[in-house]
Amino acid sequence: MIEQPKNFGFGEDETMLRDSAKKFFSDHCSADKIHRQVAGNPDIHRNIECIWDKGLWQQITELGWTAACVPEAAGGIGMPLVAALALAEEAGRAAFPSPLISTFNTTFVLRECYSAAANDVLAEIAGGKPMSLAITNQQGSWEPTDTDVNIDNGQLNGNAWFVQDARKAEGLVVSARSAAGVGLYYVATDADGVTIAADGIIDLTRDQAHISFAGVTAIEVAAPGTGDTALAHALPAIQAVIAADMVGAGEWLLQTTVEYTNTRVQFDRPLGFFQAVKHPLVNVMLDIDRAKSLAYSAACAIDSDPERQEWANTVKLAHMAKANASDMAVFASSRAVQFHGGIGFTWECYVHLFFKRQMHNQMLFGDAKYHRAILADMLIGQAA
Amino acid sequence: MADADRKDTQEQAEFRAYCRDWLDSNKPGQPPVRIPLGALELSDPAALQWLQVWQKSAFDAGLVGCDYPVEAGGGGRNNCQTIANQEMQRAKTPFFPNIIGLGMAAPTVLFHAQEDTKNALLPRLFSGEDIWCQGFSEPGAGSDLANQQTFAEKRGDSWVINGHKVWTSLAHFANWMILLCRTDKTDKYNGLSYFVVPIQTAIGKGVTVRPLIKLTGETGFNEVIFEDLVVEDKYRLDAVGAGWKVAMTTLSHERGAGQLVTPSAGGMTQENTKGANTSSPSALIELAKTSYRNGKTAADDPLLRDEIIKIMIRQEAFRQNQRRALVPALIDHPMRIPLQNKLIGTEFNQDLAEIAYDIQGAASSLYLNDDNALGGGEWQLAYMNSFGVTIAAGANEVQRNILGERVLGMPKSK
Repeated sequence: MIEQPKNFGFGEDETMLRDSAKKFFSDHCSADKIHRQVAGNPDIHRNIECIWDKGLWQQITELGWTAACVPEAAGGIGMPLVAALALAEEAGRAAFPSPLISTFNTTFVLRECYSAAANDVLAEIAGGKPMSLAITNQQGSWEPTDTDVNIDNGQLNGNAWFVQDARKAEGLVVSARSAAGVGLYYVATDADGVTIAADGIIDLTRDQAHISFAGVTAIEVAAPGTGDTALAHALPAIQAVIAADMVGAGEWLLQTTVEYTNTRVQFDRPLGFFQAVKHPLVNVMLDIDRAKSLAYSAACAIDSDPERQEWANTVKLAHMAKANASDMAVFASSRAVQFHGGIGFTWECYVHLFFKRQMHNQMLFGDAKYHRAILADMLIGQAA
Repeated sequence: MADADRKDTQEQAEFRAYCRDWLDSNKPGQPPVRIPLGALELSDPAALQWLQVWQKSAFDAGLVGCDYPVEAGGGGRNNCQTIANQEMQRAKTPFFPNIIGLGMAAPTVLFHAQEDTKNALLPRLFSGEDIWCQGFSEPGAGSDLANQQTFAEKRGDSWVINGHKVWTSLAHFANWMILLCRTDKTDKYNGLSYFVVPIQTAIGKGVTVRPLIKLTGETGFNEVIFEDLVVEDKYRLDAVGAGWKVAMTTLSHERGAGQLVTPSAGGMTQENTKGANTSSPSALIELAKTSYRNGKTAADDPLLRDEIIKIMIRQEAFRQNQRRALVPALIDHPMRIPLQNKLIGTEFNQDLAEIAYDIQGAASSLYLNDDNALGGGEWQLAYMNSFGVTIAAGANEVQRNILGERVLGMPKSK
């Protein structure tokens, strides 16, 4: 067994970074402010928007958030993965509209490419350039080998789907297939031949798009035949960081609902007196704690084992984290709406911001059932 | 605690090496009698005696009560019980029979008993020579623990006790009982007092112990009736009227949230039994691979596979929760994880055993007395027995109240 730090690698530096993030969000991103920013227009038929505050992005890049988990050799700070999780947790708690998670995910993929070209892109991320991954096909497959984009003579052709924060990102890492297998390629979002078609999505704190590539000249960051491996090696980190976002959002939903049920009086008592309300909220707490412990343990396992000697265990923890967090996200948001009663069902109540972010998060990179099916094959063995 | 990523202290490291060394040459071999899954299931005096010999040898070696003061029979060490526990688990030793003594009575006696009483009682408690039981629950005081009716009346220098305790595990073997009772009928909480009572020597002289039969068909716990039992005042813990406060010391340790780590051994697997290890998901997977449901292998059923994975996730999360509980930077409230442990642990075991029922299909009808029962029928027994612990020690509904009120700050449900 590889020795792991007892504190998951979450030491003083990570605590300082997280606490500064807490302060940043409480200064700049109250739920009230986010609601005014992104929920101005409830019209279902409104134009598809991409609303975010680039000034705040500038500030967080100056605080070093995007550089945190970029290796020092590529111009980053080289902090352990739990630093990204802590930032994601705070971003989730604030329902922060930004390409932060997508940029982290791109970082995790590029870290597994081990090429000079990948390091160049990582340096740009460390410098604050927002990025995203274009690695999902039209059928919504999360498998690293599946892509609807082809590469031929250094040019990308085809379509990528469900690309997160596509209109905020300035660069994309694209998975594309050639005769030699799947490779990974870097393109700028404003490159010739890239067409971004925004998706109309429920989550008000994100944007999503499908992107067509028509003869786009791209930089190879992982050679054909190695791209799917790099993606597979990055997936546990991606799953853990999304789980952390859900943990933060879940905690906001929990605490806000507790506060509401402590003050809302019916039948001459605060709602929280009633065990029909209290006990499910305790269950939400138990679920959040499980998800948080699993996410941090997965991140720590990744950091502790660069040679991937105990990779199966790492993969297991990450699948467990995402599975648990996804179910928690649905449960925490459903109880928040339900226990806020009539007001919880309205657009003016902030709960829906988090409800929608959680519903988006729970499917992202696979929902609970998807991850449990993989775990079943791993831990029980293939079914006959 | 603040520096949770540290390795063992020098004292801990030396003690760990000592424990490992001692266990290497002194761990008991296979028992001559069937040892049940846990101390609360003990009903065979021969099994108890064998386990008492083990507990005494571990105590004599300094592996029990490590962090307690020397004058009370302890080892006077710092944060070393946890090391001894880890090493005993690692060595897969038998469990300790005096579980209520070690987990609940010892810290309560240490923090609240008079000095002489403390020093007289604790060494024999640690050695397992005295077995302890807990007199808290009554017919009318279950989840509402403060509704105690057992009454202690002051007569001269002594107390005279009358009342009725129920669900008293190990009372059929116990020498001593920790007893919560009423000394003032006018104040629900401040009218309670706490005693330690020598019950075995008083059987027939004011104490009657009668076995209660569990729904499994086994005995295991008892009812204890007090009729004019005389108890010396030196066996009172803390002040008259302070019983509720003292009981909180007991309960916080019972919930795994107390100041002192409970001496705890275990992990031994008994050979020559066909009984399944009913607390292990890997045993559950084995069961699924070898069981048939509706003529098909249970491990191929997609819905059962999902249930098995869900419970394995809960097990891993529980383990990682314990790890995170020691990292202050990653917890919002110091009691948030410790107060979950009883609830999560007992529901885990219950749900695990319930899945085992589902896995066995038609064969889940078979019980211990049927040679064809899978895993010796132990899964069925474990499922039925699991309700003992989801109900005991504050029913899990009460645990959820405690978490909601103390950790989340919700209004009290009473």
